Amino acid sequence: MIRGKPDDDEYWNSSKFKAFTFDDEDDDFTRLKESKRAVNSILVEDEDEEDEVEKVNWSGEPVGSISWSVKETASNIRSTGEVRDLSFPKIDTAPSLPKNSSGYSLSSLFKGKAKTGSLQSFSESFSEQSLRNYAPELRKPKSEYKDYISDWTPEETVKRMQQGKAYSLEKFHFLQDKLLLLDEAVNAHDGNVITAVLIFLKKSLSKEILFRELIAREIALRHYIHYLKEMGEHKHLVELFKSLGRTEDMALMQYRDHLNIKDENRRRDFLKNCLSLPFSQEDATHVLDHYTLLERQIIIEANDKHVESSSQADIFKKYPRKASILNMPIITTLYYSCFYHYGESEGTYSSPANIRKTFRISDKQFLLTCLGARAKLKAWFDVDALFTTKNWLGYTKKRSPIGFHRIVDILHKNNAPVQVLQEYVNLVEDTEQKISLAQKYKCHDVIINTYRDLKDRQLLIGYREKVERSSPEYRKIEELLCNSQIRWKN
Amino acid sequence: MSAHLSYGRVNLNILREAARKDLREFLDKCAGSKAIVWDEYLTGPFGLIAQYSLLKEHEVEKMFTLKGGRLPTADVKNIIFFVRPKLELMDIIAENVISADKMHSPRDFHILFVPRRSMLCEQRLKEQGVLGSFINIDEYILDLIPYDSDLLSMESEGAFRECYLESDQTSLYHTAKGLMTLQALYGTIPQIFGKGECARHVANMMLRMKREFAGSQTQILPVFDSLLLLDRNIDLLTPLATQLTYEGLIDEVYGITNGYVKLPPEKFAAQKKQGEAGKDLPTEPKKMQLNSAEELYAEIRDKNFNGVGAALSKKAKIISAAFEERHNAKTVGEIKQFVSQLPHMQAARSSLANHTSIAELIKDITTSEAFFDNLTVEQEFMTGVDTDKVNAYIEDCIAQRDPLIKILRLVSMQSVCNNGLKQKVFDYYRREILQTYGYEHMLTLNNLEKTGLLKPQTSTRNNYPTIRKTLKLWMEDANEQNPNDISYVYSGYAPLSIRLAQVLARPGWRSIEEVLKMLPGPHFEERQQLPAGLHKKRQQGENRTTLVFFLGGVTYAEIAALRFLSQMEDGGTEYIIATTKLINGTSWIKSLMDRPEAQTL
Repeated sequence: MIRGKPDDDEYWNSSKFKAFTFDDEDDDFTRLKESKRAVNSILVEDEDEEDEVEKVNWSGEPVGSISWSVKETASNIRSTGEVRDLSFPKIDTAPSLPKNSSGYSLSSLFKGKAKTGSLQSFSESFSEQSLRNYAPELRKPKSEYKDYISDWTPEETVKRMQQGKAYSLEKFHFLQDKLLLLDEAVNAHDGNVITAVLIFLKKSLSKEILFRELIAREIALRHYIHYLKEMGEHKHLVELFKSLGRTEDMALMQYRDHLNIKDENRRRDFLKNCLSLPFSQEDATHVLDHYTLLERQIIIEANDKHVESSSQADIFKKYPRKASILNMPIITTLYYSCFYHYGESEGTYSSPANIRKTFRISDKQFLLTCLGARAKLKAWFDVDALFTTKNWLGYTKKRSPIGFHRIVDILHKNNAPVQVLQEYVNLVEDTEQKISLAQKYKCHDVIINTYRDLKDRQLLIGYREKVERSSPEYRKIEELLCNSQIRWKN
Repeated sequence: MSAHLSYGRVNLNILREAARKDLREFLDKCAGSKAIVWDEYLTGPFGLIAQYSLLKEHEVEKMFTLKGGRLPTADVKNIIFFVRPKLELMDIIAENVISADKMHSPRDFHILFVPRRSMLCEQRLKEQGVLGSFINIDEYILDLIPYDSDLLSMESEGAFRECYLESDQTSLYHTAKGLMTLQALYGTIPQIFGKGECARHVANMMLRMKREFAGSQTQILPVFDSLLLLDRNIDLLTPLATQLTYEGLIDEVYGITNGYVKLPPEKFAAQKKQGEAGKDLPTEPKKMQLNSAEELYAEIRDKNFNGVGAALSKKAKIISAAFEERHNAKTVGEIKQFVSQLPHMQAARSSLANHTSIAELIKDITTSEAFFDNLTVEQEFMTGVDTDKVNAYIEDCIAQRDPLIKILRLVSMQSVCNNGLKQKVFDYYRREILQTYGYEHMLTLNNLEKTGLLKPQTSTRNNYPTIRKTLKLWMEDANEQNPNDISYVYSGYAPLSIRLAQVLARPGWRSIEEVLKMLPGPHFEERQQLPAGLHKKRQQGENRTTLVFFLGGVTYAEIAALRFLSQMEDGGTEYIIATTKLINGTSWIKSLMDRPEAQTL
């Protein structure tokens, strides 16, 4: 800041600056007054246009709206291919708009842009005719303008940049000046200007110094990171993150690049290289899993492709694979494995047991995935086995880490027959839930038996009305109702 | 087309006219016939400003969508690119220009950057060797677009991500600029209130810009009495909740883009057939514009969806009664009068038919079990039930591979309502999500963590319950049909952001200092000097007008809540709403995902 003082003073005291800065301001001022007048005139004028009836096409878009018109023209092109003479889209043009005569414009409010015909200051006309000399490295200031450009303070330079006027950064030779410029840009909060200054600093400072200064300037640093990301300058960015000690960010950023690699072998190799990056402990595990997964998917894919094409296994003939397993999530891979590789020994990569162990799949997830796959294949025996546990006396019992009501839902989704469904409905502990599930999936036996066990004659009579006459269910209810052994509670 | 903009408390058509004027000026700068090549994203926002007829008047003869390769043939003098300042678009433009140059066609190229030109983009054009081919490189400052009679939007999708994830404050700069434009048109806003880091920045920039323009004070009587700037990150909860107003639900289910919604055509087919007997059933989605220009829509859009059915049937009765009138029309004069009203009545009828169809579509969803279950869990979280445990419903949803965004919305909500999840719960969700949806979503999860949406608990103290109680964020027995509190928009939950606005108006923020301190960022009040003679003399009982600016997005339900406050008999304040973008939980989370298109499910 200390070095900025003399510049500031010079700026405020020198008359030549005043001349056109104040011109600019005057210009804004008159523009504002004009605008008020203009605004007032708009109020009266716009009526006739707004009353026009809007034409709407089927898709609801007003005919003549911009996106509609673009589509019209575009579809013309697509259908006619290389047709040269494209006719103008046929649009029912409404009565032409009244030309608005107001001299008001939004951009002129703040840009200080000169209106044609009005008195233009020197700098104004310069910036007007060389609009494209906007980006810092693009402009080659002509020597005759040099004095005007070279004496601006950081503050004034930033202001001019914001206003889209001509400026020069080359005159900021000293580090202190450059940093003042950067601070000024940051103060203005205009990302565009901040980036422009950063590009200039990147070119004119060594990395070490630039990085060191950026560390103390959080906002500028973030813009710099964003800029490097946008430009795809990853090497530079990695160096920056390293010098900042932000190693996790660096690791994640490098990991992100795998998304751009299409070839699975190259992607796998890339992920392998990622393993050595300094991720957080948690993320490191996930990246390792990601790599292991892809590695195995590649092996499984190659193997299954071969088996499928040489018709070695029935399962692939019966249920041809719809898509490759590459890059699928682990749960999808497990499903695939339960579908095509069920029963393989834990030693093979493609076996469900191996996948379960390697990727530490929770019991719930494993069961749900397995169930889904086996039910899809209508392998009810496998389904049964999933829940069957033997105790030390050799009795079997059905257990599940998930409520049996969920199991029933999944089985039903896979079109399990009533016989299978009711077995699991019966395992639902809560009676009310059991009844409602049984009703939902028409497991008559379960309902009838439950009512019988509840000794609820009334409910049973009620249910009789709901089943078809002369159906087995109907007969069963009749028999129960006639059974004199049962002590009904009502 | 835009008449409805003039009917509100503040005539926003002035702003629209100013923007149109600007567009005309730019077009006239490129003399002769022209073709516009559109960045497709921009056609929506521009549609809110101008029709094709305006462009045509200024010699725009052709319009194309920006695409790689050769430009389509067009016999025009000027080719103008209307683009956002995006690097990838620059590469496409360069391709276009280079291939056109080869053909030696003597055409002038121009670029119009919307909303701002960018040095980065120009540098890219230079690298591609085409910068010199452009006669004009200009910018079209489209900061605040009038969206409806009380609503302004910057339509800047990335604003939240830029501000809170990438710490890029450019959109805040645009916001401040936009507010300066507003003040130039509607007078200096005497009072500025704010809460949050970004709000503070915007206010600082406004004050600074005002100093820079000192002397050029607008001599306009202030239309706004105060401005309230709110950071989205002081209220992360509200957008995560499912909106339950009519408009909010349309947005949740079908997504409203630039004021339009696309609907499945089946429900609208029958109607159409009457007119064009026997035509094929439409397969294209039905596109509808939604704004207050449609009387019925203005009436029902902010209602809780459970109140929409009644309103529609009441309207149906009125319309059919009006049609019945024809039997009473006996004299020529009466018949004439009836006939003169017919167009209006027919419009009302078709509007009613449309909204009945939409309501039916929505109802199919709101009455589904899945919707109910989801809502139940949301409400449990918002009332603070079991937010510190793994939620069984979320677990089930993951197991069923429901859309990832739905999962992220729910998990984030649980995290926000618990002031961060317990480490064990956090790790569990993360693992389940990565295993089910793919490890690459690690990047998205990290983004959510950085923005504070889904994070592990850092302090043991959860202050959400205190905030909820103090601000009365949960109201039992919210009245959905005849609401008496803003909580009706989420059937019980009163959006935190809107409560802050409400308390500010009465009794003032001093009463909730403690809670304000629990929310991130500073809260502040600034005054702007008015030129002498412009002080408003308020009439007895005259309402104040407050502009509420949501930095980082606002939902339709929040807007409905503010409109509700505006309409309260003894409210005393009317609200105009401005935002960087209209959002819902889905579009919001999506904006924070890394490569959402790479999503496998």
